[in-house]
This record gives sequence, C-alpha cells and structure tokens, in this order.
Amino acid sequence: MTSRDVILGRIREALRGYPAAGAVPRDYRGSDDEPADMDLLAGRLADYRAHVHRTATIGIAATIARILGDGRVVVAPPGLPLAWLPSRVEVLIDDGLPDERIAAADAVVTAAAVAVAETGTIVLDASADQGRRVLSLLPDLHVCVLRPEQVVPRVPQAIARLDPRRPLTWISGPSATSDIELNRVEGVHGPRNLHVIIAEDGS
Amino acid sequence: MTRTFLGMPATAPRGVGHLREGEPFPAAARRALGDPQLRRNLGHATTTIRAKSGRVIGELPDWQQLRDAGSALKADTMARLPELLEQLESAVTAAGGTVHWAADATEANRIVTGLVRATGEQRVTKVKSMATQEIGLNEALAAAGIEPVETDLAELIVQLGADRPSHILVPAIHRNRAEIREIFLRAMPGVDPALSDEPAALAGAARAYLRETFLRTKVAVSGANFAVAETGTLAVVESEGNGRMCLTLPETLITVMGIEKVVPSWRDLEVFLQLLPRASTGERMNPYTSMWTGVTPGDGPQQVHLVLLDNGRSAVLADEVGRQALHCIRCSACLNVCPVYERTGGHAYGSVYPGPIGAVLSPQLTGVADNASLPYASSLCGACFDACPVKIDIPSILVHLRGRAPHPRAEAAAMAAAAYVMDRPRLYAAAQRAARLGRLTGRRGRGLPPPLSGWAASRDVPEPPPATFREWWARR
Ligand code: SF4
Repeated sequence: MTSRDVILGRIREALRGYPAAGAVPRDYRGSDDEPADMDLLAGRLADYRAHVHRTATIGIAATIARILGDGRVVVAPPGLPLAWLPSRVEVLIDDGLPDERIAAADAVVTAAAVAVAETGTIVLDASADQGRRVLSLLPDLHVCVLRPEQVVPRVPQAIARLDPRRPLTWISGPSATSDIELNRVEGVHGPRNLHVIIAEDGS
Repeated sequence: MTRTFLGMPATAPRGVGHLREGEPFPAAARRALGDPQLRRNLGHATTTIRAKSGRVIGELPDWQQLRDAGSALKADTMARLPELLEQLESAVTAAGGTVHWAADATEANRIVTGLVRATGEQRVTKVKSMATQEIGLNEALAAAGIEPVETDLAELIVQLGADRPSHILVPAIHRNRAEIREIFLRAMPGVDPALSDEPAALAGAARAYLRETFLRTKVAVSGANFAVAETGTLAVVESEGNGRMCLTLPETLITVMGIEKVVPSWRDLEVFLQLLPRASTGERMNPYTSMWTGVTPGDGPQQVHLVLLDNGRSAVLADEVGRQALHCIRCSACLNVCPVYERTGGHAYGSVYPGPIGAVLSPQLTGVADNASLPYASSLCGACFDACPVKIDIPSILVHLRGRAPHPRAEAAAMAAAAYVMDRPRLYAAAQRAARLGRLTGRRGRGLPPPLSGWAASRDVPEPPPATFREWWARR
C-alpha cells in the first residue's frame, strides 16, 4: 500500500458523514467588464512606492532615459519593442544570459500582461516582451511599460485574463520587508526601484 | 484489519517536528510575561498591523462577501479533498512536475532529503514555509549533511540566532535591532564588522549575504500558499523577493505543502488573493506573488517536485467541529487581535503554530493529550473569529477541544493558565472590563476573568461574547 493510498484512505474515512458541499456564494464584486481607472492605478502604485510616469508612446524612450540616469547597461526580453529604449544605452537582449550578467546590469525593461488598478499591481506572464522570470528579479531597477488596455479594475478581472499555465509574477511595489521592528525597508532581494510607465495615446 | 488500520485518520507522530509544547502553556506564558521587551515589541507589532489591516479592509465594500466565499470555498474543498488532491496530482504531473505523498513528518523529511541527495547538492535555500518547520525539515537535512539556508529575513535572524519564530508573519518580532546586529556580526559569514543597527543597513547585509547564496545554490525548498487542483498551479505570497529567488534560480524546486492548501479552481484565487494580503500584512496586495505550473521549459527550475503532507491533517478532518481549523490561510490576523497572544508571544504556544489558530490546530494535529493546555490559552473573547478572513469559529473549536481534553489535567491547566493573569493587576483589570463576567457569577467585580472564564467554560460552555470584546478593544 503506497502512502498515496494511505492518505487518500484516511481522508475518505475522515469524511464519512461529512455534509455534501454546498454552493459557494459569490456575491462579491466579480469579473464584469468595467473600465479601469488610470488615476486610481497611478495612485495605488505610488502608494506602494513605485514611481509612476505617464507619457505618450512616443515619449517612452525619453522617459526611460531619465529614469536610468547614469545607468548604461539594460537587460531586455527578446520581444521588447526596441523603440522603447534610449539610443545611448547598451542593451543586453536575453538569449539565455547567465544569471551573473543579468544581476550586474543597471536595469531591466519589460512590458506587462495585466495591471490591477485597485491594488496597484502589475502582473508579468513571461511573454516575449516580458521574458524569463529571472530578468525582472536580479537587476536593482525594474522599468515596466504598461498600455491602458492591459489595466483592469480589480483582482477578479486579472484572474479572468491571465493564463495559469504561464509562470506569473504579481508585483506590487518594490521588494520590501518589515521584519526588523516592523520598520518598512525597501529592497531586500528583488529590485529596490520599480518604475511604471503608463503609455497613453490620445483620449 | 490491516487495511482498516492504515486507512484510519492518524495524528502527527511524536519525536519529529515542532508541534508539541515543551512545557504547558501557563508555565511558558508566565516566563514570557516577565519579558518586557517581548511584550513591548508584540504590542507595537499587533497594534500597527491591526490598524493597517483595518484600513485596507475598510476600502473594500464586499469584504464580508469575500469572507463568505472564502469560507464556503474551504468547506467545499474539504468535502471533496480526495478528488481534488487526485486532480492536483494529475495536473502537476501533466505539466512536468512530480508529486509525492507523505503520510507524516518522518516520511516527508525522508522524501525531501532523498530528492536533495539525488541532485548531489549539499545546500538548499529555503523560503518561509510553516509546513517544513512543522516537520522539522531543517534538522533532518542537517542530519543528512545538507545545509538549509533560510532566506526570509526574519527566518534568517531566527536561524542565525539559533532561536524559534514568535509570530507567523513577523517571526523575529521578539528581537530588536541591536540584537539583530549582534546576531549578524556573530553568525553571518563575511559580514562588515562596521555594520550599523539601522534596519536598512541590516536588510542590506542580508541582501549581500544571500545574493551569492541564491546564485550558487541549485536546490530550493518552498512551501505554498495555494495549489489549484484544476490547473496544477502553485502560489507563494511574499514580500522580500527571496521567494522569487528560490522559485526562479535553482535547477530543482521542492515544494512541501499540507494537503489542506489545495483550492478547487483557478478562479478561486480571485477570492483568496483579496483576503490574504489585507488580513495578513494589511496591504492591498503583498509585493510579490509567484505562481508556477509544473515546469516551464527555459524558465526557472526544470525539476519541480510537490510533496503533499498529511501529518495529522486527516485526524483534524475527522473531527466535525475541529475540521474548520484546516481552512486556515495562515494570515495571522487572529494572533494580532488576541489579548492572550499579545501578552505572551508565540513561543509560549510551544508548537510552530502560535496564537488562536495554534491553540486549535496543534492539539488536533498531535491529539489533545499532547497539547492539553493549549485549548485553554484563550479567553474565548471571540476577536479571532471576527478577524478571520475565512470565518473559522476558533472559540467554538476551543470549547469543543476543552471538552475532549483529559479532564483533571485540563482543569489544572486552566487554573494555572488563569494564575498568570491574576498575578498582574493591570491585566486583571483589563480582563474584568473585557468580559461580562456577571454572566458567569452573577455579581459585578467578582467575576472570573479570562482565562478563568475559560475554565468555567469547560463546564458551562457559554457563548463567546464578541460584542463585549469589541467594546473593550475600542476603549483600550
Ligand atoms: S485562523 Fe483565520 S485569522 Fe487565524 S491565521 Fe488562520 S486564516 Fe488567519
């Protein structure tokens, strides 16, 4: 008898006479299509100490240049629009870069899959314009470019849009800890600086 | 005969792991009460987190509906646990992962140790997991010549200080910055001798120390907050990024998870991802949540294992009142509202599961006889029930477990647990304000304060008085 059989047998025994499962009430605000509030997103991101920049698509490269300051070496996932990157930087396009080179870069620039306005969260799903999970983890500065159609109002809409078969990273502000006397300190292991560019055209 | 025996729900075995009290709660609590730093730190932590949590919960118009859904989802999960675990197993396997089943702590330790040995590695990074603390995995790995490195800042402080966690969420809250600096100077290889005790400097030292370890270590062990049966997706909710490091950089990832952590469908995460951060850290969302489904070619660990752990959970499930303790999502909200926890801290509870949830979970995992005083580590004020995001009725389970405790010893334990409160005039006064004691004795001022009211409860089984608690809390 395997442990699998033992455990499943124990559980079945424990459940004898267990009331059948009732329906789950889902009276909370669901995943209806609603417009997302960009100002709310910007405010909530900033609340968790992400830096927010709002620009037209054409201004992305200049915005990134300003964010980078003296930073020179930028990691980019293979599908990132190169027009987003300022011309003066050295771009390391990920083709299986070793971890050490990623860690030594000044910054990483990615797109995102979804952003959640109510919680100030961006979600990466490792698509070609976001890349392997390690890219957005090791550099100390992460610049994430969002388009308005990627922004949803709340968590249920994000869950509805995301594909669980992809590796997902939900990011709400920079890495942080409150482990020492409950003082919030930004940046333990993940990027200490998170910049989110919301690229809005027209309106 | 044999088959029946093997199929019976079983409690966690003795002699392995960290589920049992070393000494009864009253004795440990009395010592904790004599530690002013502990009480100050705990008071500050619980007050701060309560306020933050209250604010962000207040922002959601549908918090109660989310709680109702979370509670019902957990009940539904338990009712269908065998089929959901089988579904999870097939989904993880289909996605390239390997599923292992561990009937108890000993078996889980053997499985994990074996998996690490098979890689030939001698060190693993670890991301905070209560399940691996519960089974004593670090000790088992060390005995096999494998070095476990805790990577959560607080866990690192606890590990380097050869100490025990005192809170689910902030395990090193009993330490202040000067102590942490001393621990780092003493035990952290390569640390700068000029290290200051500024929290940012201390966090920076941990970052520098662990960065290299992350980059060089090929095996990681994690827990999981949720596992989706439908898709085989596992989720880890964290703040620092050490979780992302452990889940992304190694070649081999071993996740140890209690069987109760499964959720039926992907969609169900829309409920728990709203409940957990707000109830736990008091954030709208925690900084990082990682989700992975088996192996993703070219991205992250290429060897992915999931160890499903029973270790007494089936015995908890067999108790029709106590089984809701398995609904716990480990947010620690019940700790932060508990007047007994706030005064005694996590160590007094003996087990790795402290506070109100520990008082109901540990005795059930081990059998009540092995944690007989824990069901009395409460005043039955009801605050934990009100705070719990999945609406676990902890007071009712406590009363129920008191009824199951071996009687003479239980009463003695209750009397002793009460004694520490009686010793302290301020606390005694607070306790008198806390409960409508006249209900128990008929005359104002002569009532039994908690936990003596708990002692009475082992006989009279009164209703918990949550409204009274809230008034009391508001006035404090
Ligand atoms: S019992 Fe409820 S409040 Fe306590 S840790 Fe578990 S989920 Fe949170």
